[in-house]
Amino acid sequence: MNPNETKITPKLVAEHGLKPDEYQRILDLIGREPTMTELGIFSAMWNEHCSYKSSRVHLKGLPTSAPWVIQGPGENAGVIDIGDGLAAVFKMESHNHPSYIEPYQGATTGVGGILRDVFTMGARPIACLNALSFGDPSHPKTRHLVSGVVAGVGGYGNSFGVPTVGGEVRFHTRYDGNNLVNAMAVGLAEADKIFYAAASGVGMPIVYLGSKTGRDGIHGASMASAEFGEGAEEKRPTVQVGDPFSEKLLLEACLEIMAKDCVIAIQDMGAAGLTSSATEMGAKGNLGVTLDLDKVPCREEGMSAYEMMLSESQERMLMVLKPEKEKEAEAIFRKWGLDFAVVGETTASTRFIVKHRGEVMADLPIKELGTEAPVYNRPFTETPKLPVIKATDVKAPMGIVAALEHLIGTPDLASKRWVWEQYDHIIGGNTFQRPGGDAAVVRVLDGPKGLAMTSDVTPRYCEADPFEGGKQAVAEAWRNLTAVGARPLAITDNLNFGNPEKPEIMGQFVGCVRGIGEACKALDFPVVSGNVSLYNETQGRGILPTPTIGGVGLLDDFTKSATLAFKAEGETILLIGGAPGWLGQSLYLRDVCGREEGAPPPVDLAAERKHGDFVRGLITGGQATAVHDLSDGGLLVALAEMAMASGIGAELEAAADPVPHAFWFGEDQARYVVTVKAADAAAMLEKAAKAGVPAQRLGRTAGHALILGSERPILISTLVSRFEGWLPGYMAGSAA
Amino acid sequence: MKSAVVVFPGINRERDMARTLKLVSGKEPAMLWHADTEIPTGTDLIVIPGGFSYGDYLRCGAIAARSPIMVAVTDFAAKGGLVLGVCNGFQILCESGLLPGVLMRNQNLKFICRDVYLKVERSDTPFTRSYNAGQVIRVPVAHGEGNYIADGETIAKLEGEGRVLFRYSSPDGIFDPNWNHNGALNGIAGILNGKGNVLGMMPHPENHVETVIGNTEGRGLFSGLVDHLKAA
Repeated sequence: MNPNETKITPKLVAEHGLKPDEYQRILDLIGREPTMTELGIFSAMWNEHCSYKSSRVHLKGLPTSAPWVIQGPGENAGVIDIGDGLAAVFKMESHNHPSYIEPYQGATTGVGGILRDVFTMGARPIACLNALSFGDPSHPKTRHLVSGVVAGVGGYGNSFGVPTVGGEVRFHTRYDGNNLVNAMAVGLAEADKIFYAAASGVGMPIVYLGSKTGRDGIHGASMASAEFGEGAEEKRPTVQVGDPFSEKLLLEACLEIMAKDCVIAIQDMGAAGLTSSATEMGAKGNLGVTLDLDKVPCREEGMSAYEMMLSESQERMLMVLKPEKEKEAEAIFRKWGLDFAVVGETTASTRFIVKHRGEVMADLPIKELGTEAPVYNRPFTETPKLPVIKATDVKAPMGIVAALEHLIGTPDLASKRWVWEQYDHIIGGNTFQRPGGDAAVVRVLDGPKGLAMTSDVTPRYCEADPFEGGKQAVAEAWRNLTAVGARPLAITDNLNFGNPEKPEIMGQFVGCVRGIGEACKALDFPVVSGNVSLYNETQGRGILPTPTIGGVGLLDDFTKSATLAFKAEGETILLIGGAPGWLGQSLYLRDVCGREEGAPPPVDLAAERKHGDFVRGLITGGQATAVHDLSDGGLLVALAEMAMASGIGAELEAAADPVPHAFWFGEDQARYVVTVKAADAAAMLEKAAKAGVPAQRLGRTAGHALILGSERPILISTLVSRFEGWLPGYMAGSAA
Repeated sequence: MKSAVVVFPGINRERDMARTLKLVSGKEPAMLWHADTEIPTGTDLIVIPGGFSYGDYLRCGAIAARSPIMVAVTDFAAKGGLVLGVCNGFQILCESGLLPGVLMRNQNLKFICRDVYLKVERSDTPFTRSYNAGQVIRVPVAHGEGNYIADGETIAKLEGEGRVLFRYSSPDGIFDPNWNHNGALNGIAGILNGKGNVLGMMPHPENHVETVIGNTEGRGLFSGLVDHLKAA
């Protein structure tokens, strides 16, 4: 039977994830019943993943411009000017659902997709980061997921040849059925040679490049737009298979033809494959596109138009080439052993026409496919405020020393070396600060500039107070970049939430986005790219709201960047930013007291900026010898990390605070630990006082232990063995 | 020193290697493509860098070992030319028969990227003349299949003839299974061919050559080659 004659039934519509009113919208738009291929195209374009239909109205409020922003959201990746004629190109994207169903391939294709987004813009990827959230360690699937996802992230990046320099790994029971894989890539391009998706010129050849099209990944984007129920594993065939080797060839071939000035427009085939890339190129260029599917290189026999249009086979690109350069471009692709086929042309009609075996399988208005996608201003309820927990109301179940020894070996605080040692983090020869610090630092070309990068979010804060949590995620990224001495420039946001059709989830989303916007404005830290991942729910239970923030900053001289390791004995340790002692939603309260309660620490953005600028000044001025931002676990955990990174201990004055555990483990924001030479200490304290920045002396670096007043000394070696021991032990089968 | 770097599809440390060769020797290396059949006249050193040639979807290095350029490399080596294979390059040299043995999956079945310590066993070779025999150097590794193995007779021969040039060790130069991250037999990290002109090694000396990036202990290998060729 001719597929065009397939009767579109309500059941078919529902199977394509389209609601009855959305289907009515299609009927109204095209004035007839769609063909089967057209129905597939609409389902691919109008799902949540591609259309941002639930999130779009709220994303509009985010600040996206600054003098150094070359390209904000809306292209494959954001682009910022870093001087010397160079631009940093970056984006973060989720691959959550596929990574739960098939962890290795789900993670690899997540990395592959984000790398493609970056080199599609004309940039050579110079670094990757990965933010991973897994379920409770005691959940029976967690080990399998950690093992598969980490191997997949490494398997792709290592082979492709990009250093994976940072990221985060967390565990929480709310990710049990729905782990998160957020992959970020950063690339480097010449600022005046950025490539975009918009086609131009009528009758221009549209060229298909890269790997062949297969049946893998059909409806992947639709799957990513629905909750998981029982039997999620049955969706395994919708997970694509990654081929980093082909992607490496595609990278080299693309950069080569871009350098030869052959390209008018380029778009990678990611979610919704050929459909999304072809319509985007046409729509952005005010042109129509006609595709002849008989020309598409296929991996399998007998593929239908429907299958080709929805395939999410990886490592593919669509380009509009300058006609006179077609032969030259083809020779380059042949040299790299990649497919090259002219599969269509641009037209003046603004129609999207798909032909196959002599028949028109789809004939749709190209712009409306994007612009007429449903937009929902979904009802939301604001998350109720939680009570502020007074430090004096939190009884310490154990002493300070015992609490530190416990915390440092908990899943969220323990070393993630087991993870990042599976990633090649040095390839390229430019990794100056490797994983394990506040932010990674990668040299730009031959220097002296360097890019600092980090990814951050504290989901438990976002759950307790979405607005403050959203602010905090941005502030922490800004702080981590500052702590290495970089000037924070811009962020990419990867917003992971549950089902937006539930008002309370939508309330989390709205609150977090508002918080992000507020912090970005206050810190001059615009959003230049991003991705929204909704429906992260399994059997009706949502994940913790997780708006991951990927931040990028610039160092004028990477060799002057600060690291967190203590540098020498006898230096003075300063706390910048005060110690009010906020225990609500702290790891101390959760992992020592067993209480996941209260309002999270508020974020004072003016203080954040003032304290950060002060610390950055100490770094660029050469006075700070070691710097670490304070976040999860608070002051004493930060000091322990500085000691462990160096093997040098510290003698700390006992807390004068009436609640010592709040002083040592409170998670107040806008704070740093800085060491300075003893002779500089008084001058630095005076400088802080003049700048209106709270600063106090904590003690001095010394010996091989942390000594807190009269408490039992804590040997660094004991801390290291707990810190480094947990994850390898857990993965080897020790009880969680 | 006139050097050449061989690029197979999927090789990914060719840029690191070329940068290091330029840095240490002052001269840009020639980049040779896998389909090339000739080595440029006057080449002193051919380097096969790291990466995942042809995706390493088959046995690591197996396809690269059979590509056109390797005929020329084999011929170059037979005439006494210096050949260095690093990581995937080492695997390719083993697969092409220029070196004995094979690199298996790491003992823990995982890719490992970290700094390791190597004991330099000899200093009387073109590759190690900048080091002292017994010296320990810190260089990074980044591989999933670096677990060297060969039959007993081959190992005995390699050890007997002093062809094990680098051995994983503790920071004090002691062979210790805890410091042998991939489980290689006898901690073998790098070996020479019988004539002493072909070296294969798993670690990446080319990534530890610049003071500004933090560590320079891999630089001696390249500066030694430059000195050797000057002296020759």
